[in-house]
Amino acid sequence: MTPEEKGSSPWRDAWHRLRRNRAAMAGLFALLIIGLICIILPSIKDFLHNPNHTELPSRNLKPSSEHWFGTDHLGRDLFARVMYGGRISIAVGLITTLVAVTIGVVWGAVAGYAGGRLDAFMMRVVDILYALPFLVIIILLSTILQPMTGKLTEWAVNLFAGANAPMKKLDETRNWVEPLTTLVPVFIAIGALSWLTVSRIVRAQVQSVGSLEFVEAARSLGLGHLRILFRHILPNTLGPIIVYTTLTIPGVMLFEATLSFLGLGVKPPNSSWGVLIQEGANFMLTNPMQLVFPSIFFAVTLFALNFLGDGLRDALDPKAAKD
Amino acid sequence: MLKNLLSRLMQSLLVLFVLFTVTFFLVKALPGDPLQGDKAMPPHIKAKMEQFLGLDQPKWVQYQRLLVNYIKGEPGPSIRLEGKPVVEIIRQSFPVSLQLGVLAMGVAVTVGIPAGCLAAARKNGLIDTVSMSVAMIGICLPSFVTGPILAEWLGRKAQVLPALGWESGSPSTWILPSITLGMAYAAYLSRLTRAGMLETLSQDFVRTAKAKGVPGWKILIRHCLRGGLIPAVAYIGPAFAGIVSGSLVIETVFQIPGLGRHFIKSIETRDAPVIMGVVMLYGTLVIVANFLTDLAAIWLNPRLRKAS
Repeated sequence: MTPEEKGSSPWRDAWHRLRRNRAAMAGLFALLIIGLICIILPSIKDFLHNPNHTELPSRNLKPSSEHWFGTDHLGRDLFARVMYGGRISIAVGLITTLVAVTIGVVWGAVAGYAGGRLDAFMMRVVDILYALPFLVIIILLSTILQPMTGKLTEWAVNLFAGANAPMKKLDETRNWVEPLTTLVPVFIAIGALSWLTVSRIVRAQVQSVGSLEFVEAARSLGLGHLRILFRHILPNTLGPIIVYTTLTIPGVMLFEATLSFLGLGVKPPNSSWGVLIQEGANFMLTNPMQLVFPSIFFAVTLFALNFLGDGLRDALDPKAAKD
Repeated sequence: MLKNLLSRLMQSLLVLFVLFTVTFFLVKALPGDPLQGDKAMPPHIKAKMEQFLGLDQPKWVQYQRLLVNYIKGEPGPSIRLEGKPVVEIIRQSFPVSLQLGVLAMGVAVTVGIPAGCLAAARKNGLIDTVSMSVAMIGICLPSFVTGPILAEWLGRKAQVLPALGWESGSPSTWILPSITLGMAYAAYLSRLTRAGMLETLSQDFVRTAKAKGVPGWKILIRHCLRGGLIPAVAYIGPAFAGIVSGSLVIETVFQIPGLGRHFIKSIETRDAPVIMGVVMLYGTLVIVANFLTDLAAIWLNPRLRKAS
């Protein structure tokens, strides 16, 4: 018996199906590359130019070996800005999706498991939220939460640097903490409205898994509801959760970029792809590259996430034929 | 059937009420003071203004008053625009936004649905591959990227169409904004139509029709279109909601004097009555769109009629 024939788990089958899907694999590959360079390059000391360093004499330069993507209207290195902006955009995408998926999974799982009136009530709440004009509410929410960022930044700086740290250390910590803490309102506002689809999917899954025999067995062993729900039922619904997590990320990133484009999300001099695209659109006449490069990175990321999500859906869908 | 519709209607009213309540308290929680503009206001004038606007009352009283006013259809005056009624602001700017939204929806439907049908009819063929790739690009390129690019190429470089603005009298200014806004939804619609049509095409009655020698295009249009459109039609309601919010972006990109611009501005100046009015208007639109979508779904799918 060769090792390949040792029987295959559902996860392994899914991986095989995914590997045969060329679009999904290309997406996965593109995501890994973009993710890695956006995370690693800014961490290498002195590899990138300072993304916020303005140098007016050398503005709107064409791409060259010194400035790979050229420079922007203030002479800032565009490649560095795209990398740093990408880091923020990716962070927003991941953290916000984490918020949204957590809410969605818990909400949907409780509703599906409890059934009855609680279920009806919880799903009615989802229906109502579905009928709201999302972007408008997100704009309102993130504006309301804005004042908390100042305190939050101080708190986080003290947490990471220690309250009595020397000035230099405090400044260094602030430099990387601040772009994230100023975004917390955006995380919360977008996350608070992006969990609806996930909750519906999880509820349906929990309902169907919950009626299986092994759940009956767990119940007859006298296990508590929480344990049954989170240890026995939810792990069996992981496939769809992964799929919809992947498909939530591009939507969330688009929301963030839209907010930033409207001037309500990430604030300059911090940048995200949304901010860069907005600046690029403003200075498109003098320097089209300033619009083109961030747009390419943003679009390719969304493209890859969508393809990967579609591929995962085909691969992890329990109804998919085993061929 | 009628009972079902009535309960949907009641639910819509409930949603509106919840939206009103949530928005009211969200707007009250906004940081900053709308009366504190660029110049500091003398305290006695400020007190007078607050009294005039009813801001000196407890929040609960304000809430009840505003609710009654909204039921009567009187959202009250704006704070920043010197007592200009919110209704007046909406009457001036909303027609532009509505026109933009309807045109964009038209673009989405007339491009998306035929493209999806064609793609499904020639599954895995050239048309299918090309139109689905274009659809994916349409989904992934946000309108704030395509908008400036289209304005630049077709507007400034080629001088074919006006790059900015919106004149109600000249349709040439409508084209670029509507296409930019409708494109992403055309893409979604084409994907949904394709999936729905493929589902319907795989059913037994299609095989029967083929065996009887019905020509292919006739099967597609007469037998499958109605069933195949169900997912696409179900999406039009939510899509309309998206188009309404999407017009916030488009109005910024093309500098269109619509309601979206007023909304962004009112958020910046904390002009609570305007924020409230715009959110309620958008909410009502979305709810009406969803309701109409439900009606259309029932009309398309006889099984829903029997179930209800």
